[in-house]
Amino acid sequence: MTTIPEPRDGEVEDQVATEAPVVLELTDVVKTFPGVRALDGVQLEVRAGEVHCLLGQNGAGKSTLIKVLAGVHRADEGSILWQGEPFAPANPQAAMKAGIATIYQELDLVDDLSVAENTFLGHEERRLGFVRRGSMARRTREILGRLGHPQIPARRLVRSLPAAGKQIASMARALSHDAKLIVMDEPSAVLAHDEVGNLFRIIRELTAQGIAVIYISHRLEEIREIGDRVTVLKDGRTTAANLPARDTPTRELVNRMTGRSIEYVFPPRVAPDDPEVLLEVQGLTRAGEFADASLTVRKGEIVGIAGLVGSGRSELLETIFGARPADSGTVVMAGKRVTSVGGAVRAGIGMAPEERKSQALLLDQPIYKNMTLSSFATFATAGFTDAGDERKAADKVADSLELRPRDTGRAVRTLSGGNQQKVVVGRWLIGQTKLLLLDEPTRGVDVGARAELYQVIHDLAANGVGVLLVSSEVPEVLGLSDRVLVMREGHLIHEAPAGDLDEATVLDLVMAGSLLEGEPA
Amino acid sequence: MSNFSRRRILFGGAAVGAGALLTACTSNEPENNSQINTSNEEANPNSAPGTKVVIGFSAPAADHGWIAAITNNAKAQAGAYQDVELKAVEAGADAAAQRASLATLISQKPTVIVILPHDGKELNSSALEATKAGIPVINLDREFPDALAYRLLIKGDNYGMGVAAGNYIAEQMKSKGVSNPIIGEIAGIDALPLTQDRSKGFKDALAAAGFKVANRRAAEFTADSGQREAAGLLQALPKLDALWNHDDDQGIGVLAAIKQTNRSEFIMVGGAGSKAAIDQITKDDSVLKATVTYSPSMASSAISLARLIGQGKGMSDLVELQVPKQITLASETITKENASKYAKLGF
Amino acid sequence: MTDTQVAKPAPAPDAPKKSRNSIFKGDAAEPLKRNLGLVGVLIILAVIGVITRPDLYGDATWVSNNVFTILQQASAIGVVTVGMTFVIIGGGIDLSVGAIVAIAGVWSTTLATQSYGAVGMIFTAIVVGVVVGLINGVLISYGRLVPFIATLAMMVAARGLAAQISGKQTQVSSNDTINSIASTKILGIPMLVIILALVVAAGWVLLNRTTFGRRTVAIGGNPEAARLAGINVKFHTLLLYALSGLCCGIGAIMLTSQATSAQAAMANLYELDAIAAAIIGGTLLSGGRGTIVGALFGVLVFSTITNLFAINNLPTEVQNMVKGGIIVAAVLVQQFRYKSLTHLLGRTKS
Repeated sequence: MTTIPEPRDGEVEDQVATEAPVVLELTDVVKTFPGVRALDGVQLEVRAGEVHCLLGQNGAGKSTLIKVLAGVHRADEGSILWQGEPFAPANPQAAMKAGIATIYQELDLVDDLSVAENTFLGHEERRLGFVRRGSMARRTREILGRLGHPQIPARRLVRSLPAAGKQIASMARALSHDAKLIVMDEPSAVLAHDEVGNLFRIIRELTAQGIAVIYISHRLEEIREIGDRVTVLKDGRTTAANLPARDTPTRELVNRMTGRSIEYVFPPRVAPDDPEVLLEVQGLTRAGEFADASLTVRKGEIVGIAGLVGSGRSELLETIFGARPADSGTVVMAGKRVTSVGGAVRAGIGMAPEERKSQALLLDQPIYKNMTLSSFATFATAGFTDAGDERKAADKVADSLELRPRDTGRAVRTLSGGNQQKVVVGRWLIGQTKLLLLDEPTRGVDVGARAELYQVIHDLAANGVGVLLVSSEVPEVLGLSDRVLVMREGHLIHEAPAGDLDEATVLDLVMAGSLLEGEPA
Repeated sequence: MSNFSRRRILFGGAAVGAGALLTACTSNEPENNSQINTSNEEANPNSAPGTKVVIGFSAPAADHGWIAAITNNAKAQAGAYQDVELKAVEAGADAAAQRASLATLISQKPTVIVILPHDGKELNSSALEATKAGIPVINLDREFPDALAYRLLIKGDNYGMGVAAGNYIAEQMKSKGVSNPIIGEIAGIDALPLTQDRSKGFKDALAAAGFKVANRRAAEFTADSGQREAAGLLQALPKLDALWNHDDDQGIGVLAAIKQTNRSEFIMVGGAGSKAAIDQITKDDSVLKATVTYSPSMASSAISLARLIGQGKGMSDLVELQVPKQITLASETITKENASKYAKLGF
Repeated sequence: MTDTQVAKPAPAPDAPKKSRNSIFKGDAAEPLKRNLGLVGVLIILAVIGVITRPDLYGDATWVSNNVFTILQQASAIGVVTVGMTFVIIGGGIDLSVGAIVAIAGVWSTTLATQSYGAVGMIFTAIVVGVVVGLINGVLISYGRLVPFIATLAMMVAARGLAAQISGKQTQVSSNDTINSIASTKILGIPMLVIILALVVAAGWVLLNRTTFGRRTVAIGGNPEAARLAGINVKFHTLLLYALSGLCCGIGAIMLTSQATSAQAAMANLYELDAIAAAIIGGTLLSGGRGTIVGALFGVLVFSTITNLFAINNLPTEVQNMVKGGIIVAAVLVQQFRYKSLTHLLGRTKS
């Protein structure tokens, strides 16, 4: 048995799994990129069969650490021991071979290959040089069964799977490698509530087999539920190692991460009593996605839609915005019919879509050009753009959003997730936006920046902008909104003032619709 | 031989160019300009009608004018004989298509077959088949590797073109008393064997006179590439005595470049023998003083010879009772002096 | 502190500076700076020229003639490359440019067209170019064909139609006005060079100072983001291919004037030269980033190499090898520089 190393800062409470052997041990690991010390002395100790949680804000070094373990980057200094041996994988394949599998936040699946092909990507079963499709599909089905998802067809293209399904496929790939350590980077971020339960069940099953899991999440309640020990990173350093996941007070964890103690902090909110209806949606339908959706948003009002992933919420939002053609029904914004994105923008609708990077941002372009992406034409004279005025307007918005760094000439790529989201929201603050559609506005945004975004949303509403918001996090929907719509399986099944609902009720509705009288409207 | 098909295509370009130049420069009416032999009966006993001869004819689809000229010449020459019936089949887009159409042709049992193959190697077996079936094959320009595959081979002479151009330039330089002339060369597509053959002939002929090529550029048989390469060559040689351009079609561009740079201190020789080039030589208002031929008139001759073979006759001027096995056309030099004679052969 | 961006703030890459009165505001020397590598290559090529042919380079008149020769030989392909650069920045590719030049050239030199004089010929070339470009655009935007396939098909079809129209013949231009474009000089500068300069300047302004340019960069960088920002991606894509067709039409007239003729096989492989020039000029093949000035330098590098090989009487095959080598080297250098640049900007995120 490996000797347990003496923790450097002496704050380790080592109560968990003392008898299990240490499989992974990192000491003083440093990784520098030109101009950045991404890892600056990381300590980490993972034991067989435990769920070791990594906590830290965006920019704390979690992603870099994962990439070092996965063989994407090489550590510059420090030691990494994997099962007692020095570990420096030359590439991701080597790391996988050694038994470390990684499930990235942005799933690295090949969309146009089947689940089975993805599962065995890079280590296909072969006989005489021919890929054994049948046998691979069979083994994939076994693994999917083990993961509690036997219903996912092994030969289905990954492209056609919902987010949760993709995650399962990603996990199947990890299991196909006979991994002894699985690193999961925010696995719950794309999952709806019941899916998270299933994920935890799978994780427990894995750890029971002696597989270690490094679990990264922003959500403290998840860490409490599934984690054994917690290591906290800040600015590339380990600030606390091996804290007990269940017993460490939240205040202490948050303090280690940020020096602040907040989780969901919603600004105080007074619902507006402006009767003016901005958005009126009547009987909107898209076959297979949602049906007969009717809703209104008033001036200065925040309306939240609660629902599971796959309930049709994002699709509904995109259809209202004109980005998907409706099969039937109407969208009227301030008296004007909306049928296209251009029309929506002209009518004063703005949208921050679900996938910031792929749907909203020009990552290599400067912040101000991203902010004026929907409005640069209004700054132009006879087709000639006015970069000076655009930049002034962007600077003003950047100030009001407390964008950091504040320099709007920087490429958006260099910003953290929270600030990228501010850029997307800021885009619609420059134009004449009267209604903002927000799809998962705080996904991948750390705790501190969330609070700021909440404040921004409230400020907007206070200035008379209507907000229609979609989020997987029920407390967020409840805490932010004036009025809540509950969506299940493509139908809006319930509507109530936020104050009349609590988390349990909403979850109940979302999953079973038990408060429903009669059929879904 | 494998590149022969490409060579033909390119030549075609040359041919076309000529026709267009003529129509553009002289009249707005395209002329039907077939090169046929219409010698009268008394002078030539062979021209008297004889046994009826069915001639099968197969040439690649006319993707360029040289090939078009070949087909047109063959048809026109056949039309000039009362005792000849021409069965022309479209050879299609590639060797395989030509093989198929040849099989059909053979089954119709013509007296003689005249074929310009897409590629000599690839159609060798088809020609052998025809020969075995008792049908004499006349091989036009692109040679079959197997001498058993044809009764008669009639082709042009690329090396000879170079020699003719070289000899003409050497002679001119000597008569002008230029002892150490600066000579330029604009070749066609360099990767083709025909271009290499032409350049070798040119080099050899110049060497015999003690001269050499000072700068050689390779164009692409198109006018714009001719202009581009000529512009470079003229820049490289601030003083020039003579220039040979392989192809009269790209020569349109070469002459444009010369005009654009206001150069006139040298003489230029063309290649292929387009009608436009011949006209320009006749007018003598540019640096172009001569052109050396590679004429599609060989198709007309092939039909005449096919008729003789079909009728079992020989060439009346020769002692032999049969048509010879192989004829290589001499590359002729067209100058102002003899241009009127060749005007009819320009294509 | 919620954001732990460790990187030092880099200076704004294209931050606009003060003055508003000129459309050319901003750092005028910036394109030059960005293309230092290519400028370096041009200087090296010139130095090689001087070393290998000191006899020629000793003559000032010859040198100025030579510079104009290089520029004139770069003019038609340069104009085509400007259009290509827009298409590539906009996330597409146009493999049909050579074929469009050919069909525009051939159509404008038919006897019927020539009877309408120089204006008729120019008009025809431009209309044909734009219409063929529009067809490309419609196929790609509304027919949802992949640009590679649509323009590949157009490349074959347009050359075929050009051959059909010309009867596979070289059509000589007997119009003196058209033919004289290539030999006319204004204030000692060849007209073709002036046309190239105008097209490049217009292209630069269009890309960097107009809403059209912004849309181009946006849809090339992230079409979905552009669409969700309210930009009509399909219509703009259509316009980009029409613009490429327009450039081909202008290029066709220039090339016809130079060769005093047009034929179906003209502008052979222009698509490859134009793409290569755009790429070595710093345009990202996947779209979203690129420069007009860089593309011009790319064209000039190729044209200078051709000239260098001509004055040294070196064979074409070696020239093509050198060209290939330069394309690879230029892209490698750019990748390296881009990588280190993004690292410096603190791309690393935990």
